[in-house]
Amino acid sequence: MTDESSSEIVIGVNGTSHTLAVDNRRTLLDALREGLGYTGTKKGCDRGQCGACTVLLDGRRVVSCLMLAVSADGAEVTTIEGLADDGELHPLQQAFVRLDGFQCGYCTPGQICSIVGMMAEYAAGWPSAVTADVSRDASKYTLDETEVRERLSGNLCRCGAYPSIVRAALEIAAREGVAR
Amino acid sequence: MKAFGYERPTQVRDALNAVADTGGARFLAGGTNLVDLMKVGVETPSRLVDVRFVGLDGIRPAPDGGLVIGAAATNSDVAAHPDVRRNFPALSQAILAGASGQLRNMATTGGNLLQRTRCPYFADPSERCNKRAPGSGCAAIEGAHHNHAIFDWSDRCVATQPSDMAVALAAFDAVVQFETLDGPGELPLLEFYVPVADAPHLETALPPHALITAVTLPKSAIAANSRYRKVRERASYAFATVSVAAALEVEDGLVRGVRIGLGGVAARPWRARAAEAALQGAQATGDSFRQAADAELAAARPLPENGYKVALARNLIVAVLTDLVGLSDDPHGAQSWGIHQ
Repeated sequence: MTDESSSEIVIGVNGTSHTLAVDNRRTLLDALREGLGYTGTKKGCDRGQCGACTVLLDGRRVVSCLMLAVSADGAEVTTIEGLADDGELHPLQQAFVRLDGFQCGYCTPGQICSIVGMMAEYAAGWPSAVTADVSRDASKYTLDETEVRERLSGNLCRCGAYPSIVRAALEIAAREGVAR
Repeated sequence: MKAFGYERPTQVRDALNAVADTGGARFLAGGTNLVDLMKVGVETPSRLVDVRFVGLDGIRPAPDGGLVIGAAATNSDVAAHPDVRRNFPALSQAILAGASGQLRNMATTGGNLLQRTRCPYFADPSERCNKRAPGSGCAAIEGAHHNHAIFDWSDRCVATQPSDMAVALAAFDAVVQFETLDGPGELPLLEFYVPVADAPHLETALPPHALITAVTLPKSAIAANSRYRKVRERASYAFATVSVAAALEVEDGLVRGVRIGLGGVAARPWRARAAEAALQGAQATGDSFRQAADAELAAARPLPENGYKVALARNLIVAVLTDLVGLSDDPHGAQSWGIHQ
């Protein structure tokens, strides 16, 4: 059922496999929102500049607006809808609620997915642009505010809720024993 | 966006054939630049050939003790690789200084090298731009060019190459490996990018339809003492105003080896040969560093709105070299040369 400009793809979303026909021009973002109804993933700039569309692709955070859906064929995607465990909010979602990590909430799904991905990168020992000595294993350091702000610089918040977003990220990091 | 075909080969040969067989076909990897430019109508490929699954994503030691970085290795994987961080720290720092965590997870090594300028007129099809539409003129020369080139521009184009990674690769004498239907080839990074001259739309010496397969870094003792520093208009997630990748080896207070690459100053990563020549064998002091930086910047031709980059590049070269003196293994440290950080 595919022609030169469309393709049939299979993507897993939050553990459920979906087979769908997509125009090759369709982004992963639009396939999630318009094709599959995962509207938790938000369209902000649609140019890879704001981070609102951040999802986890095979466990790594990406901006879904610059990924073609056909490029994601065969991949496993985690969206904000996939973080809660059987109706109970993910600890990071709970921290955002408790600490006022948002005002309008539009950037929040991308912020939260980005923090989840960032924590995995940190746990894997990845350094950042503010890590003093990249030759050392970054996971030997503790995450501080400077590190968190740098690692989350791809997620913009027009409301300016950054202080609370950083607090929520640091709280989760502390829970996992890596924050200062 | 124009409709296009898509395919996902698993062999380099199949990828080469796919692009050679179809007029207007392009290789697709991370897509962070190509898809973006397709959205604004600057790129209009007829077909995308996805090269992330042809086995080019490895990072491995080279037989000579250097490093082979696969063209499809993501920016994140290169920056985090233990051998890169230990032996070429400025390369890790340069990559980490670019884009965002999300984009580095998508973007690849080959794609990073081939990314296009962020000159705003290039990205706007309603504007004149010789790089996008040869012969249409350059809107930046008379327009907003405060973040454009100070070296090697022509009256046809004053844009800069935006890659941070390429600046470190230029300092480390990296070599770009590629494959064509006629066989493999290679180009030193400093010859991979070509001068602007009369044809700013031609940015590299890569043969038509060639696929970059790897970037090789020759073994380099000096690279272990290296640093990348980037000045930009905000603290993170912005392209360079000026950046410096430098490596320094000092023995008995004298410069025994030095490598300096500059970013944000030209249409290609700029190797600061004049500064390096001035420093070779010189005393590793602030005065030497300032004289070397002045020697390099003497050739700068700033535009009306970007003269500030000359002083910025000069000061950044001095600052990075000063930092590197403090990092070198000399037991006397920076104090014996009168340098304080």
